[in-house]
Amino acid sequence: MDQFISPATLPSYLEQSADVRARFARLKAREIILDVQNLSKIFGNGKQSTTALRDINFRTHRREFLCVVGPSGCGKTSLVRILAGLEEKTSGQVLLQGKDVAGPGRERGMVFQGYTLFPWLTVKKNVMFGLEVNGHGSHESERQALQWLQLVGLERFADAYPHQLSGGMKQRVAIVRALANQPRILLMDEPFGALDAQTRCRMQAHLLEIWRKIDITIVFITHDLDEAIFLADRILVLSAHPGEVRELIEVPVPRPRSAAQLITPTFLATKARLEELIHQSKADDDEEADTYAMVARLTEVVDNVE
Amino acid sequence: MSAGWLQVLKPLSPRARRVLGALSFVLPVLLWCIVSYVPGVWHPQVLITKPGSVEYLEPGMRMDREDFDNEVADARESDKPAPEGMPANPIYLPAPHEVAMALYTAFTTPPVSQDGQWLHQSLWHSIQIILWGFVISSAIGVPLGVLCGTYSTVARLNEPFIEFFRYLPAPAFGALAVAILGIYDGPKITIIVIGTLFQQVLIIANTTRKLDVALVEAALTLGTKSAKLLSRVVVPGILPDLYRDQRILLGWAWTYLIVAELIGTTSGITWFITLQARYQHFANVYAAIIIIGIIGVGTDMTLALIGRKLFPWDRTLDKSS
Repeated sequence: MDQFISPATLPSYLEQSADVRARFARLKAREIILDVQNLSKIFGNGKQSTTALRDINFRTHRREFLCVVGPSGCGKTSLVRILAGLEEKTSGQVLLQGKDVAGPGRERGMVFQGYTLFPWLTVKKNVMFGLEVNGHGSHESERQALQWLQLVGLERFADAYPHQLSGGMKQRVAIVRALANQPRILLMDEPFGALDAQTRCRMQAHLLEIWRKIDITIVFITHDLDEAIFLADRILVLSAHPGEVRELIEVPVPRPRSAAQLITPTFLATKARLEELIHQSKADDDEEADTYAMVARLTEVVDNVE
Repeated sequence: MSAGWLQVLKPLSPRARRVLGALSFVLPVLLWCIVSYVPGVWHPQVLITKPGSVEYLEPGMRMDREDFDNEVADARESDKPAPEGMPANPIYLPAPHEVAMALYTAFTTPPVSQDGQWLHQSLWHSIQIILWGFVISSAIGVPLGVLCGTYSTVARLNEPFIEFFRYLPAPAFGALAVAILGIYDGPKITIIVIGTLFQQVLIIANTTRKLDVALVEAALTLGTKSAKLLSRVVVPGILPDLYRDQRILLGWAWTYLIVAELIGTTSGITWFITLQARYQHFANVYAAIIIIGIIGVGTDMTLALIGRKLFPWDRTLDKSS
């Protein structure tokens, strides 16, 4: 057996160091950017309707990094799509800086899980796209686009087409394409989900670097708990069927974050709490565990692998 | 062995591609050569060289081998000179070298009648018919197809009728087109438009629907207004596929050519083919058919090449052609 840090020896995830507490105090003192009130989403109607989201309430402050986690089917993607205006809400309110939002708009940028760079445009033109459709001149757009590409270290690829880039590079371009529009809030729907583990780690560090440098509030959907803790100020935990807010956790891990923190007691304590919340809601309707136990031994090799 | 030749969905090496590509033409020609040049194969007729004592025979005539054998036997029995001849294929299957010759002589032979046309003039007339038909069809079909693919309301308003109309055979409108547009090029172009347009709208609408909706959503979250979505996302997004569709549809238009040219006064390459067939110059008929094929494939290959230059970002081009 390897050594475990037993749950009993972990600190409570609610314990915050003085620094962290001060940081949260500063965060909450900042203006509210996004205010979600009693948000519900029901798909279909009549008997066949399913409630994807029920009575969701939360607020994010300016320059906050909020992660949303939850078991599959908890409506994370529906939530972020409603925030983006790509899907209609059934009831409730979404206020951006106090104003009700309807339909998609440039003040809410979005980065998708799949690659959504325009394949017919070069990297530079992709970044210029938002600026141009919002009335900036092509000269000004180009200048800004190159600046943004510099920020993510891709200025050398300005004239390449998306298909010539790796997955990680594509998502970096997608991020700056959204940011070039100077949105109030950046919505990210599992943006690193399709990347390999190493690239994903680098992208997380990269994203934090960008976030630190500019005035942007981020709502980041993920199913990777480590990723959520590593990135977030606060984590919104949803339960499944229907999607409801289980808890809004303040991540006690100090900033700046580094990969070394993944094994610190505060990190592990937060992760333990997240797992507890997610398993709780999974246990309600989980059949996978049962089917798993029923697999018969099918090997003819006699020694045990475990 | 079979694993080496028949591998599911495996791309070929460049050399294998070239060899097999050449074989796909060489094999049919080889078959044609065998049937034409190997005396034992087929050759169901006899080409008379000397009529002998049979009165109705003339040199150069063809007759079934069985009848010829009977005539020979009859002549031998009555001690008269027997007819002579050599095994031959029916006149409608000329040998490859005859067609190859015809490919050249068809262009160098002056028209039979005074007001007749040279082959290249006939061809140019045919190409113009196709081109006009395709241009008119595209001028309506491409925008309508894109709109149908983009907006469900436009699609629902148009597609059921188009779906119905595309089952009506275009030549059925021939007489009507002549009554309205006269006997010259008008009705011919109309037939090509009718034959192409309705398929065109449906094919292009489907291509448009295949555009990744995530691209549209990305554009929306970047603040694109829906009026600009069409020109900035939908059209550029489908352009390579649209171009490919147009190539296929141009081929489609070609297949309506002969029928179209028969309507009203027969014209163009069809006029040439009909005339040559009437004089039993079948080598010329084959030559003309082959020329149509060469023009078609040549156009398509040229367009494919241009497409590769036009759309450097298009990945699907690598797989096809």
